[in-house]
Amino acid sequence: MKNLKQKMTGNSFLLIITVVLFLIMYGAGMVIFADKGFAKPQMFLNLFISNAGLLVMSMGLTIVMIAGGIDISVGSVTALVCMVCAKQMEQNGASAYAAVLIAIAIGLAFGLVQGFLISYLDIQPFIITLAGLFFGRGMTAVVSKDMISITNKTFLAWANYKIYLPVGSYSKKGNFIPAYIYPTVIIAILIFIVIALIMKFTKFGRSVYAVGGNAQSAMMMGLNVKRIKLKAYLLDGFLAGIGGFLFCLNSCSGFVEQAKGMEMDAISSAVIGGTLLSGGVGTPFGTVFGVLIKGTITSLITTQGTLSSWWVRIVLSALLCFFIVLQSIFASLKKKG
Amino acid sequence: MEKIKKITSMQLFLPIVCLVAVLLINVITTPGFFKISINNGVLYGYIVDVVNRASELVILAVGMTLVTAASGGQDISVGAVMAVAGAVICQILSGGEVSVNQIANPIILAVIAGVIVAGICGAFNGFLVAKLNIQPMVATLILYTAGRGIAQLITKGQITYIRDESYQVIGGFIKGCPVPTPIFVAIIVVVITMVILKKTALGLYIESVGINGDASRLVGLNSTMIKFLTYVICGVLAGVAGWVASSRIYSADANNIGLNLEMDAILAVALGGNNLGGGKFSLAGSIIGAFTIQALTTTLYAMNVSGDQLPVYKAIVVVVIVVLQSPVFKKFMATQKARKAAAQGGGQ
Repeated sequence: MKNLKQKMTGNSFLLIITVVLFLIMYGAGMVIFADKGFAKPQMFLNLFISNAGLLVMSMGLTIVMIAGGIDISVGSVTALVCMVCAKQMEQNGASAYAAVLIAIAIGLAFGLVQGFLISYLDIQPFIITLAGLFFGRGMTAVVSKDMISITNKTFLAWANYKIYLPVGSYSKKGNFIPAYIYPTVIIAILIFIVIALIMKFTKFGRSVYAVGGNAQSAMMMGLNVKRIKLKAYLLDGFLAGIGGFLFCLNSCSGFVEQAKGMEMDAISSAVIGGTLLSGGVGTPFGTVFGVLIKGTITSLITTQGTLSSWWVRIVLSALLCFFIVLQSIFASLKKKG
Repeated sequence: MEKIKKITSMQLFLPIVCLVAVLLINVITTPGFFKISINNGVLYGYIVDVVNRASELVILAVGMTLVTAASGGQDISVGAVMAVAGAVICQILSGGEVSVNQIANPIILAVIAGVIVAGICGAFNGFLVAKLNIQPMVATLILYTAGRGIAQLITKGQITYIRDESYQVIGGFIKGCPVPTPIFVAIIVVVITMVILKKTALGLYIESVGINGDASRLVGLNSTMIKFLTYVICGVLAGVAGWVASSRIYSADANNIGLNLEMDAILAVALGGNNLGGGKFSLAGSIIGAFTIQALTTTLYAMNVSGDQLPVYKAIVVVVIVVLQSPVFKKFMATQKARKAAAQGGGQ
């Protein structure tokens, strides 16, 4: 019995809830909206296509949250990346390759400054990244107040390059329609695999868990807590830059209001995927399911058609709230033993 | 020398210096800054505008100060809660219509409903923070993003207009009185809060919970309840601010009421010399901070900085303040000073 209780309060239990929740939601969608094509393989792949950027960003958030921090600037970083890339390509004639570098540079700059202030000056991560959120959004408006659509040929070729898969569905006439994905999905999945390996098998990955679990004991073990935190934020910034670029490949434009509230999506994906807000616990694998749940909510609401898009955020917030409460209950159960 | 040191180490020193600095810049760039004239029986002028526009911010800053002091975190949902309160009030006043020229329900009823809803939002935040021990900013992040969605749902995605003069009083002018009404609202809020904090032990309790929650519990304070209470107060005040803001534009604009104000409120608290990590607080500091921020905003507008670019400057200011406040930086400066003193002592 005690063993069972331990398992129940274990963090893997949270992950199981998440996976089951996703399956139920998607299953329900397949049953209810079968006539609207929810059961098609393409619908499932669309979850990845529209959330490739979010997936990469959530990986970054998972890392900083495991390290015991948080980053609410990712949405603004995305907007800034999109805007600067769009402006450089459209008005200053930069190549699409240069845009990739610009995106990564912006992400790294945010990661470096925020990480330094948080780890070496010991300032609350929330305040710093909140300032980052406003700074990024404001800078986007400084770069350009008007929307810039991207027409760069290389960029559009990347954005619209369809990779067909052997699976697919049949049209009414019986023709086979292969399902497809975009390169962004492959990049996102590759990044997920790399991050999962880093967190699981490298010294850095394990140190991040140690620092987030208990910074004091990590320091006593001889880990350089500050440097590890800084590295976590750097990696997070780097991923935010790439995530922003992938998002840009999906939207093909830059405007001030872009990706508003994305930090919320990324944080809730990580939390729903079993990352503890108190740090030390979480897996990139769980976060993928968090992102998939967010994607499923979005597509359920858009497929339904009559509900306004505001519901996505409200449902997601409610779900985040539910998981936070769950975490807190588990934490108190654990304390009681 | 001693005297100077005493003055500079006072908590209100920094906020006042900042305010004076911002005002000085204004005097130089805009010669007529302090000129106040009376047009059509009401006061006009830059300085009146700053004080008037700062009203909502002062109200929010009061709530934010209490929340910060008690829980060591900030409530970033205040802007969204303002929008929710504004939406509720306007929706009740319009009786469900999109645009009305005559209010359908008594204002007092609508305002009470709006403030109660805002209080419930605060209670929700307070429950998450105080009872479930979730970091304040994560807990309030939920309403920060969902709040505007809820406000949109209340107004059915439209901007509800109330073109009735009686509703515009609170955000405009009382007939025959040259001073804008929001200033009175802000003064009333501040006075009530001050009286409560001074006449009851609540202020002391809040500080004690913020300094050490566990110790406060051991001496018999219900620290959970006190934290919860500060969030409810913060929510209610956000509701009042939302009422003033929606009355100013005689409509409920879910997307724009209180936009970016959470940042301003946090800035006001930080500028007021309050530690963002909780503990001792100075309400007066926050209020001066709020006026400083509003003066800064007005200055930036006067310098042709557009509204969506403002956050850049404010973010930089907030980072500078928290860096100056951080213990690590203070320690670094102290050792530098000590080293300098030692070097001088060695030279003599």
